[in-house]
Amino acid sequence: MTELLSIQDLHVSFPTEDGVVKAVDGVSLTVNSGETVAIVGESGSGKTVTSLSVMGLHKKGSVIIDGSIKVNDGGTIKDVVALNADEVRDIRGRAVAMIFQDPMSSLHPYYKIGNQLAEAYEVHHPGDKKAAKARAIEMLDLVGISEPAQRAEEFPHQFSGGMRQRVMIAMALMNSPRLLIADEPTTALDVTVQAQILALLDKLKKEFDMGVLLITHDLGVVAQVADRVSVMYAGQIVEEAPVDDLFYTPKAPYTLGLLKSVPRISAKNERLKAIPGQPPSLIYLPQGCAFSARCEYRHLAPVDCAITPITLHTDSAGHSSRCHIPIEVRNATFAKDLQEMK
Amino acid sequence: MLAYIGRRMAFALATILVVSAVVFMIFAILPFDPAALTCGQRCNEQIIEANRIRLGLDKPLYEQYFLFISGIFLGRTYGSGSAAFTCPAPSFGYSFNENACVTDMITEALPITINLAVGALILWLTVGIGLGIVAAKFKNRWPDTGSSVFVLLGTSLPTFVTGLALLIWVTIKWKIIPLSLTGYTSLLDNPYKYFQYFILPWITLAIAYAALYTRFTRAALLETLGEDYIRTARAKGVGEQKVFFKHTLRAVLAPLVTMASLDFAGLIGGAIITETIFNLPGLGRLTLRSVYEFDLSVVLATTILAAVVVITMNLIVDMLYAVLDPRVRIK
Repeated sequence: MTELLSIQDLHVSFPTEDGVVKAVDGVSLTVNSGETVAIVGESGSGKTVTSLSVMGLHKKGSVIIDGSIKVNDGGTIKDVVALNADEVRDIRGRAVAMIFQDPMSSLHPYYKIGNQLAEAYEVHHPGDKKAAKARAIEMLDLVGISEPAQRAEEFPHQFSGGMRQRVMIAMALMNSPRLLIADEPTTALDVTVQAQILALLDKLKKEFDMGVLLITHDLGVVAQVADRVSVMYAGQIVEEAPVDDLFYTPKAPYTLGLLKSVPRISAKNERLKAIPGQPPSLIYLPQGCAFSARCEYRHLAPVDCAITPITLHTDSAGHSSRCHIPIEVRNATFAKDLQEMK
Repeated sequence: MLAYIGRRMAFALATILVVSAVVFMIFAILPFDPAALTCGQRCNEQIIEANRIRLGLDKPLYEQYFLFISGIFLGRTYGSGSAAFTCPAPSFGYSFNENACVTDMITEALPITINLAVGALILWLTVGIGLGIVAAKFKNRWPDTGSSVFVLLGTSLPTFVTGLALLIWVTIKWKIIPLSLTGYTSLLDNPYKYFQYFILPWITLAIAYAALYTRFTRAALLETLGEDYIRTARAKGVGEQKVFFKHTLRAVLAPLVTMASLDFAGLIGGAIITETIFNLPGLGRLTLRSVYEFDLSVVLATTILAAVVVITMNLIVDMLYAVLDPRVRIK
């Protein structure tokens, strides 16, 4: 097991006219080979910003990045934050690859599928057109596209959504990267295709001995494929744990809120349990817990959650959470609430 | 593909027939008597009547139209006996104002207009797309600001201002380009004179169009740069230059081609103001003069010509689009 990605205390902020937007606020996480780490959170929680930072895909000059993002490039550890543009470009698509949310718009409409795939290879192996072409067809075959040689000559509009996501995966794997970032890879697909794509990702993860950083807001997807989960809220990780621990014994009120808001078939004639309120403005974050204003358990805390600074605390079992409520109180209350849900 | 072109051609032909019939009808309804208009100074009833017969205006309207159409394919003879004269096919009628076959007048004027339009097109595409690229590449920096000044001037200054200003300063005051007195010279005969003749009209037309193309190219490029597939290209590790000049520019090409083709078609109909300012005897001037003088046969011919050009360019655009955009397939 090799450590492929190690993010330490990452801060990403965007200066705007209204103030500095703190999109990512002190995130740390690691991804090892053979494992799928999921980042879960609602829109605007900073999960996509985190993943784009790993790829160095933020617009120049529009962003302030602090901390370190260490990527394992064939044994050499490189810090993406410290590299210059060309050095990051060299890593992109080779050591770290990414697939995106919307396969319908992520492929260039005017170029043939085969050429778009081949380009990913040629960028990192200049001049080797023949090998690039062969590799493209090989990868199309690998992701389960029948008659790959023929389909390589077709254009994106001749592919269905699920097929296009397969193409995106093939493109990402052209250079056999060790780390794959999947930013909501199944969100735009219908449920049956979702399952196929997830199964494919899982199969390829094993074949390529990759680590996968999966960005999603879908807890169903997380339960299916993730090994470890980081829950993000307002740019911070509020809970981090192995997937089973997270689902069976959540330790952050926000995670519990997310679990409770999943609709259940068994619960008839019941309203959806949404978390009340809205996430805070990323410009004016509270001093204390960012979730405090929406937290239904805050009365259990011995301090004023909104103003008392808080850190991520890791217990002996490797389960981290960010909460002022004493752990024994949380364990008891949350277990009771989860029981009621079932 | 061939079947498609055939179908489109048939459709184009029908459209042209309808256009010509409508124009023909409008002129028939107008309260002018062409026979009287071409009569001259010492006019009397007999001469007008004789003219009417010579022009074929004594016949019913549908027969006149039929004669006009058959003239295009077979040529047409006016009058009879020793006074008879023939305009060979394709004949678009006879202008009694100028005492010439309309076809001859058009073949004389057309090369000038085509040369004007082609030269201006090349100039404005180069400048417009070039500036648009620069503006998009250096967004919000001084090249972008500079190009937006150009866009503002180009779109707000009418051709008769830029044209006259060029004429007054470049030719008359500074005498950089002398006033051409010899008239149109073809590029092959004397390239130097050819450019001298056309350069100012080209610039006049190009300024107006280039400004529009700069604005369009800049906007289209910036919009495309925000597309998901551009992010994909970057994620592959493609360099910034290639992302811009290959992936982004390629996506902007198709709409640019459409725009250019249709603007070009519009110009072939005649750039009336530019041709008038620079005294170019092109189609625009011919049309303008004919309208003033009620030279209806010439107006009819130039109108049909304009229709033919627009329809043809539309067909070409559709076929080019099928080549440029793989999502468009011709059936």
